[in-house]
Formats: sequence, structure tokens, C-alpha cells
Amino acid sequence: MTAAVTVEPTTSIGRRAVDLRKARSTVALLVEIAFVVLFCLFPFYWMLVSSLKAPNAIFNNDLLPASPSFVNFKALFGTQNSFVYPIRNSAIIAVVSTVIALLVAVFAAYALSRLRFRRKQLTLALILICSMFPGIAVLTPLFQLFTRLHWINQYQAMIIPDISFALPLGIYILTSFFTEMPWELEEAARVDGASRAQAFRMIIVPLAAPGVFTAAVIMFIGAWNEYLIASAMSIDLGSEPVTVAISKFTGASEFQQPFGTQMAAGVVVTVPLILVVLALQRRIVAGLTAGGVKA
Amino acid sequence: MAVTNTLARRTVRADTDRPRDDGRPAFWLLLPTAVLLGAIMGYPVLRALWLSLFTENDIGTETNVFVGLRNYQRALFGSDAAQFWGSVGVTALFAVVTVALGMIIGLMFALVMHRRFRGRGLLRASVLVPWAIPTAVSAVLWQWMFQTDGIVNALIGHKIIWMGGVWSSRFAVIIADTWKTAPFIALLALAGLQLVPDEINEAARVDGAGPWQRFWRITVPMIRPTLAVALLFQIMGALRLYDLPAILTNGANGTTTVSLFAYQAAINQTKFGYGSALSTLTFVLIFLVGFGFVRVLGARVSQSAGAAR
Repeated sequence: MTAAVTVEPTTSIGRRAVDLRKARSTVALLVEIAFVVLFCLFPFYWMLVSSLKAPNAIFNNDLLPASPSFVNFKALFGTQNSFVYPIRNSAIIAVVSTVIALLVAVFAAYALSRLRFRRKQLTLALILICSMFPGIAVLTPLFQLFTRLHWINQYQAMIIPDISFALPLGIYILTSFFTEMPWELEEAARVDGASRAQAFRMIIVPLAAPGVFTAAVIMFIGAWNEYLIASAMSIDLGSEPVTVAISKFTGASEFQQPFGTQMAAGVVVTVPLILVVLALQRRIVAGLTAGGVKA
Repeated sequence: MAVTNTLARRTVRADTDRPRDDGRPAFWLLLPTAVLLGAIMGYPVLRALWLSLFTENDIGTETNVFVGLRNYQRALFGSDAAQFWGSVGVTALFAVVTVALGMIIGLMFALVMHRRFRGRGLLRASVLVPWAIPTAVSAVLWQWMFQTDGIVNALIGHKIIWMGGVWSSRFAVIIADTWKTAPFIALLALAGLQLVPDEINEAARVDGAGPWQRFWRITVPMIRPTLAVALLFQIMGALRLYDLPAILTNGANGTTTVSLFAYQAAINQTKFGYGSALSTLTFVLIFLVGFGFVRVLGARVSQSAGAAR
């Protein structure tokens, strides 16, 4: 009787202590999560909010726009900035360079993941070196060459360098995807009489499609975000991609930077990318970490 | 007799077991890559080396004068030595500080993301946002946030003129770059953390190791190869930093990186010879750092690069 009385409070104290510790760690975890989310998303949120503020309200630093206005978006597509053209240019440059680089990368990655040959490690190391290449090292000679060819302000002056940036990255991502695929199915198809090309086309391509698509998205984002080469090779709206256009926007007067319009442009340029990234986040993370990859 | 027989059989088997060599198809599959990379990367690098031996003043003027190594002399010891070495110093400063901050913040984020809770996918997705935003856009965004009447000053409650001084400008570049790279390091570190088996941590916990001890004695050694790869990529990325200082500060207040310095000479001033010398120096600098890094951490990097595949 007395024993039971003395035992009970100790257990409930113990339980309360455990509960308290658990609650404290939950709170700590929530604080940590909030910090990570704020760090990553606040600047993006601020871009979104600023884009919705009219020019007279843009400096008030309200965390929510008092009266949301689409004035900046209208200015963006008005005659002064004509942002439709940079979007078109970026789309053409990024799509063409991604498609070409992807096509070439698929063949290389197939060889690197599936075939046995000498100096494979060396080949991979060379491709890795290429993916860390500084763009400035190729800019001067290409700029001189393209000037002589009258290619300045034309798409190919940006597409060609972009291919060389996307290609090593794509090969790396695809090689790691291909290595993890169930290739026994290819062997099975070959036993059943399919040629190597047939097995590739009918078995491997459908299996590889998700990985290839992910690689394409990552390569596309790289080309869409390219700035260094484009800032030298493009002159006006005829070929300027979005990154260059946004950095060059002009306001009402020369000394007033049109931040509202620039933020609106940033939103237009990044929201589609972010939606794609959100939809494919698991695969993209796998692709990025497999490739080791530059930011 | 029986012995030689089995030996013969063994060698026959060894023959059929020898890895087949697909050298020929591999050659054809890799040829397009080799041609493209050779034409767009290999050729320009060699061409830059050649151009760097000449003076060339303007587009169209073909009056190249062979000057030997004078362009290099000018940058390394001559009239531009202070500017060139200044840009090397700034680049090194940015690389060291942003990579160190990025590794610390990235590792912390990875530890948070590694915990089990609902909505983990959402957290991972938000970490991808800074990566997906073009650096050029983020540069304009930070330029806006660092305005004197901007949100950064409003949040910290001080009126700092960020773009007015040397160290505040440099700090602005560092903050903007860390914002973009730290989440990326977090993703790489998280991939490393996921390779650490739970049992090891559990066993250490049962043996009485505290959380701090487990972190330093188990987690860190086990994710070190992943961190080494992340470190290599981030250092290489930081050394070629161009977009951010070009847009955020335009190289003002001691924020001119080597890439930006070379760009200004080659493109803005169209000094192709001198610009080529600068871009070649940049390339050599980055290559040497990367090479040294791989030599120091070599075994580990190649090991984990192998594991990544």
C-alpha cells in the first residue's frame, strides 16, 4: 500500500520529464525548420511582394502589400521593356542547347555506364574537369571569333557555348542514372533476338526516360540562368536572354533603378522554374547529388 | 595429367571470363562529346593562349603585334599588378568566406532536413528555390534588398549604405553568394547523411555516446567524402564568381573578381590580347587550386566520386 503510493508519483514525474523533453525537442525542431524555410524563401517572398507594390509604395517595406497592384507587370510587357522578346530568346537558346547537349550526352553516358573500355576513369575525370571549367576562359577567343563571323547578337553565339556547359553536367547525371537502371532487361531482350540498337530503343529508352527528363530539366535551368557569355554576345532585344535583360532594365529616369519592374521580371522568370522544381524535387535532388554538380 | 587438365580448363574459363572490351562502340559513342568539347572548350583555351601573345586593340583592326609574354608581365608584375593581384585576393577572400559559411550553414540545414517529420519533402523543395533562381536575378534582388531604405536595413534596424564602402560591398556579395550556395551544399550533405546507417548511431547511443560526440565521431567522419566533393565543387564555383559582383556592385569598392577583371579588359575594352592573357591566368589559377585540392584530398574525392556513381 505505502509502496504503491510512493511509486506512483515518481513514475508520473518521470513521464512528465520525458514529455517535457519531447515537447522541448519538438519546439526546437520547429524553430530549426522555420529558420531554414525563412533563410531559403524570404528573399524570394520579398521579390514577389515587391513586384506587387506600386512605385509610390515600393519603399514602405510592408511585409504584405497594402493594395496589390499589377502596374509593374504591365510596365514589364509595355513598349519600354518589351519583356516578351527576352523570354522568347531565352526559351530558344535554352531549348536548343539543352536538346543538342542531351542528345550527345545520352550516347556518352551509355558508353560510360554500360561499356567496358580502357581509360574509362580518365574519360570520366576529363569530363568532370570540363564541368568545372570557368566560362571566362573561353569567352575572349569565342567573342573574337564570333565577331569575325558576324554572329554577335545571334542565338548561335550563346547556344554553342551553352552546349559545352550543359554537356559535361548532363553526361555526369545521366551516367549515374544509367548505372542504377535494371539493365538485365536489355540482356533479356538480346537473348530474345533483339539487336543492340533494338534493345536500346525498345527497352532502355522507356526505362531511362525519367532520368533523361530530369537531366534535361537541370541542363535547361543551367542554360536559362546563364549570364556571363550572354552579357557579352547579346546587344539588344533581338537576342538578349532574360538574365541580361533584367540586369539592364531602365526606369523613368536614368538615375532611378526600376526595382518594381525588375522584381516583376524576376517573378515571371523564376516562378515557372520553381513550379517545375517543386513537382520534380525528389528526382532533381537525386540528379544534382549524383552528379556532384556545380551550382 | 589431371593437374594440367584442370589448369587448362581454368585458363579457358579465365579467357571467357576476361572482361570484354567495347573500345570500338565506346569510341563512336564518345566521339560527338569529344568533338564538341574539343571545339568549344579545348580550341578556345589554346586560342586564348595564342592570342595572349599579341596586342590587339579593336574589333576589326587586324594589326596584331607579337609581344611575347608582355601581356602576362603587365598583369603579374607590371602596370596592372596591383589591380590583378587585388582581384586575386578578393576572389580568394570570397571563395574562403562563402565556402566556409556555406559548409557550416549547409551542414546545419542538412541535419535539420535529415530528421524525421511530416512535410520533409516541402522543406527539401524550399531548399531548391535559391538554386533555381538565376544568379543574375538574385543579384538584382539583393541589390534591391540592400538599398539604404531597403528591407535588410529595416530588419536589422540600421541605416547602412551597403554599396558605399569596401567591406559593406564585399559583405553584400558574400551574403548573396552564401544564400545561393549554402542550400545546395545542404542537399549534397543530406545525400551523405542518408548513407550513414542508423544502426551505427544507435549502437553508439546505447554505448553512452552523447549527441555531440556522435556527431563528431560518427557523422562527420562518415560524410567526409561527400563533404570533400561538395567543398571541391563550391571552391571551383566560387573562384569563377562573375554574375554577382558584375551586377550587384559592378566591381566597385574592391569587389572585382578575376573573372570580372578579365571580362572588363577583354569585352568592355576589347583588348583581346591582354584579356586572353588574363583569362588564361584565371584558368591556370583555378586549375592549380583544383589540382592541389585533389592531390591533398585525392584518394577521398575519387573514392566518393566512385561511390556517387
